Amino acid sequence: MRPFEYARAETEAEAVELLVEYGEDSVVLAGGTDLISLMQRDVLQPRRVVDIKRVESMRGVSVSGNGIAIGALTTLEELVESPLAADYAALADVVDGIRAIQVQQSGTIAGDLCLMPNCWYFRNGYGILGRRNGESMVENGDNRYHAVFGSHGPAKFVNASRFAPALIAWRARVRIIGPESDREELIPLEYFYRTPRTEDQRLNVLRPGQLISHVLLPSASRTQSASWDVLEMEGLDWPLVAAAATLDLEGGVVRAARVVMGHVAPIPWVSDAAANAIMGYAVNDHTADAAGDAAVENATPLSHNEYKVYQAKAAVKRALLKAAGQWNPQPAEATSLV
Amino acid sequence: MGREVSWKDRGANTLIGERHPRIDGVEKATGTAKYAADINTQGTLYAKCLTCKLPHAKVVKLDVEPARAIKGVHSVHVFNDVDSEIHWDGALIAAVAAERPELAEDGVRAIQVEYEELEFWVDEADLQGAIEAGRTKKRDESAKGNVEAALKSAEVVHKGYYGIATISHMCMEPHGSHSQWSADGDLDVHLSTQNVSGTAGQYVLPLEIDAAKVSITCNYVGGGFGSKFKPGDWGIACAILARDARRPVRLMLDRPTELKIAGTRPSGFAEVTIAADAEGNIVAWDSHHWGTSGIRGETVRANQYPYLFDFDNRNRKATGIITNCGPNDAWRAPSHPQLCALTDTAIHDVATKLGKDSYDVFMQNLNKTPRPGVYASQMEIAAGLMGWKDKWHADGTGGDGPIKRGVGMALHKWGGRAHAATCTVKVHPDGTVESFAGSQDIGTGTRTCIAIVLAETFGLPLSAIRVHIGSNKYPASGPSGGSTTIGGVTGPNRRAALEALWKILDLVAKEHDVQADNLEATGGEILHNNEPVCTWKEACALIGPMPLEVQGQGPQKDGLTDQGVGGVQMADVAVNTETGQVRIHKIVAVQDCGLIIDMLTAESQVYGGVIMGIAYALSEERIMDNLTGRYINADLINYKLPRIGDIGELVVEFYQPDDQYDRGVVGLGEPPVISTGAAISNAVTNAIGIRVPVLPLTPKRVLDALKGGQA
Repeated sequence: MRPFEYARAETEAEAVELLVEYGEDSVVLAGGTDLISLMQRDVLQPRRVVDIKRVESMRGVSVSGNGIAIGALTTLEELVESPLAADYAALADVVDGIRAIQVQQSGTIAGDLCLMPNCWYFRNGYGILGRRNGESMVENGDNRYHAVFGSHGPAKFVNASRFAPALIAWRARVRIIGPESDREELIPLEYFYRTPRTEDQRLNVLRPGQLISHVLLPSASRTQSASWDVLEMEGLDWPLVAAAATLDLEGGVVRAARVVMGHVAPIPWVSDAAANAIMGYAVNDHTADAAGDAAVENATPLSHNEYKVYQAKAAVKRALLKAAGQWNPQPAEATSLV
Repeated sequence: MGREVSWKDRGANTLIGERHPRIDGVEKATGTAKYAADINTQGTLYAKCLTCKLPHAKVVKLDVEPARAIKGVHSVHVFNDVDSEIHWDGALIAAVAAERPELAEDGVRAIQVEYEELEFWVDEADLQGAIEAGRTKKRDESAKGNVEAALKSAEVVHKGYYGIATISHMCMEPHGSHSQWSADGDLDVHLSTQNVSGTAGQYVLPLEIDAAKVSITCNYVGGGFGSKFKPGDWGIACAILARDARRPVRLMLDRPTELKIAGTRPSGFAEVTIAADAEGNIVAWDSHHWGTSGIRGETVRANQYPYLFDFDNRNRKATGIITNCGPNDAWRAPSHPQLCALTDTAIHDVATKLGKDSYDVFMQNLNKTPRPGVYASQMEIAAGLMGWKDKWHADGTGGDGPIKRGVGMALHKWGGRAHAATCTVKVHPDGTVESFAGSQDIGTGTRTCIAIVLAETFGLPLSAIRVHIGSNKYPASGPSGGSTTIGGVTGPNRRAALEALWKILDLVAKEHDVQADNLEATGGEILHNNEPVCTWKEACALIGPMPLEVQGQGPQKDGLTDQGVGGVQMADVAVNTETGQVRIHKIVAVQDCGLIIDMLTAESQVYGGVIMGIAYALSEERIMDNLTGRYINADLINYKLPRIGDIGELVVEFYQPDDQYDRGVVGLGEPPVISTGAAISNAVTNAIGIRVPVLPLTPKRVLDALKGGQA
């Protein structure tokens, strides 16, 4: 790890002030579950690390209007244990899929939203796009864990956030502060992410000196939700794919739906096709399967990851069934973790 | 009692064969046990390594002076200077020793190195591509019987493709050491090793030092599995850095480098033709297998393929692929897990083609194995524990929904002969007992097993025994490889202890005027015809002022140890055909290993072996990138190992009728890892009706097989 300056903020204003000074050369330290290893691998070389863990206003879950506000520093465990978050079942599903207790206890919600990709070309020092001599290493190399949607451009990694699909399905907004100390804005999380086309472009809309302070969720009302991860292993691991769904049901029929897939594209992938496919129907094996088909109809897998398309379909199907309370695991599953 | 060296009658034991927690368990669990990475003598410097990130290159420029110029850097060692050829990603270029780890990293970054990139090949499975690239070596070709004729007359002939990927050594404690020189030129090394007594000599040539001046210490080691017989280039470098700096130096490999260069298990891929008659007797085998061990271009050992079964008509051919990948090293039961995975899978498939339960076909062919009766008994026990007859179904009929269940089995063998070893057993006049051996504990429970043997022999509680291992200044003891340690250390300790006991009993007989042959030591007392004569302490007081010291040696032909074990494993799995996930419900492992010293330790060995088997069966593999030639998953995120949730229910059963006890001690460390992969692969095939050919059975491979329909 290279030498860096460590700065600790006590307030939101201080955090912004400390971040803005070095611009692109500063990073935010929250839970630190991934930042430290990226610095150890020399992938990130910040001049300043701004520790925001002591900013009390960015911690915990509180009522906000008809919905809730989740402080950026809320740990995954705090989130799932908060009674206020209980109506957003998809969030608990996400935490459940993060099998590592250490990550649940130290990882933060906004840290998760800002995770860097688990692309091995990126993490082995070839840049976020993984390009060499003008060619995509991802496209020509081992892309088994890479994108199956939105992969036509130079970016072929998958967005690493575990929570973004569920939060986007819930129409979450993020409160962004900075770069001036009194400046804040609210934007839908759906529009937070960007697919970079060059190495120096960011993966989200945050500009130097900006950070997420809160995640805002609308009233849970009668909306039901679920999230489903396809995990290769039951321990500390990135999902192969994930899907989240929110449903408004009337008389057992879907009146509104949102379906978002994770780990399939450089950004969380909203599938209007899947939502439309289930709209007006009762959720059952057959309709959920059809929605799964619709979700992956326009998938564009790379040379080694067609399997992820099948998994994405399965994840969408299961997320919909679970959100509707229609998930009945086979007996074979009752005693296993499949 | 007679005075022939032997174990006690089985029923006479009070400690041997019972369940004993490790006597050093508390130290390990609480962190007071010191591993090489914990040694931090005053003034210790930290060493870091510069590695090459190219698979094949020539060093054309190397300037380490900028590293030396950094304040706090004390010494720099060059592994590969200008004009050296680098053969794999992760190869060591230089090491820097500095006051702090960060300064050592600064030093590594300051080194200026330039390479000329050379052509490379890293694909281990693409035989045709390797042939075209001139990257193959003919390894072995042999024939027996008449395969052609047997194929013609067979009831069924099955052709299949099978494979098992390379994996890396993944000891919890990486390779490394702490080296310290004394003023008079003695070298004191704390080394993470499975070869305490055999390592000093490896420092002689590179350091121009007498072996007698080298002290090797390893009180605890966080895993070895075959990869820690040598100090490695980095171990020698640690000593050189320390000598140059005139300071102690600690050099532990970082995890990516550990994965890349500290040893791998070679891969194997096979095209197999296997034929059987209507009764299920396998009548012909024809195979060509290939794979890689790295730049030496070896593959899975051919001379035991097909594995375990010696078929009458058998042709085999092996081809090695020369790859720019890190070197191989012995990995728990070298070649056996791969051979089993390339053999028992084909046997399962030919059984399916015959329309038979694979269990019956394995049973039918046991006459081709070295121990038919033992395997038959073990299979029956395992089938009972698994509920095989209830669970087995024809391949591909594992349920109507997307989740399919299946069972599979496989068989294995191992040697496990005791290694050469000596020891000193010392009985003090106050009755306390010590044992000294230059051995080590790589998970074998070495200290505990020695203590059990001595306590059993002297009729004392375990707490009365002090066991000293982990120094090459103790009597020489063999390396822990080949499942040789427990036989290796218990034989000499039993012999020495019996000799010491007999001397003490002679003293007691004389003192109390009784027949020595009728004396026995038990429960802290010396009994004569079951009547107490004196306490153990009183008996030992007769020794005189000096302790009684007896040397033990082994192995000897006195029946204390034996070799040759077998086992059967059965797996019950669930496969999600929509996501490709495989999950373990249950694994049954039935194993023999002769006389069991500590049942708890023995069970732990099997649990550990099966868990390692689940790892290489489901997720663990080295992934080489054909584009860059690099080992791209060399980290603990993408090099995927199972956690508790991946393990399922494990049932361990020892096959131990009296005739097994009577064989004496046989090694156990390696065999339980061998057949797990094949059993799981067969269970997956039973579930989904097609063979996922290559281990590990990742969701990708499972779905690729399902969607491609490759049978």
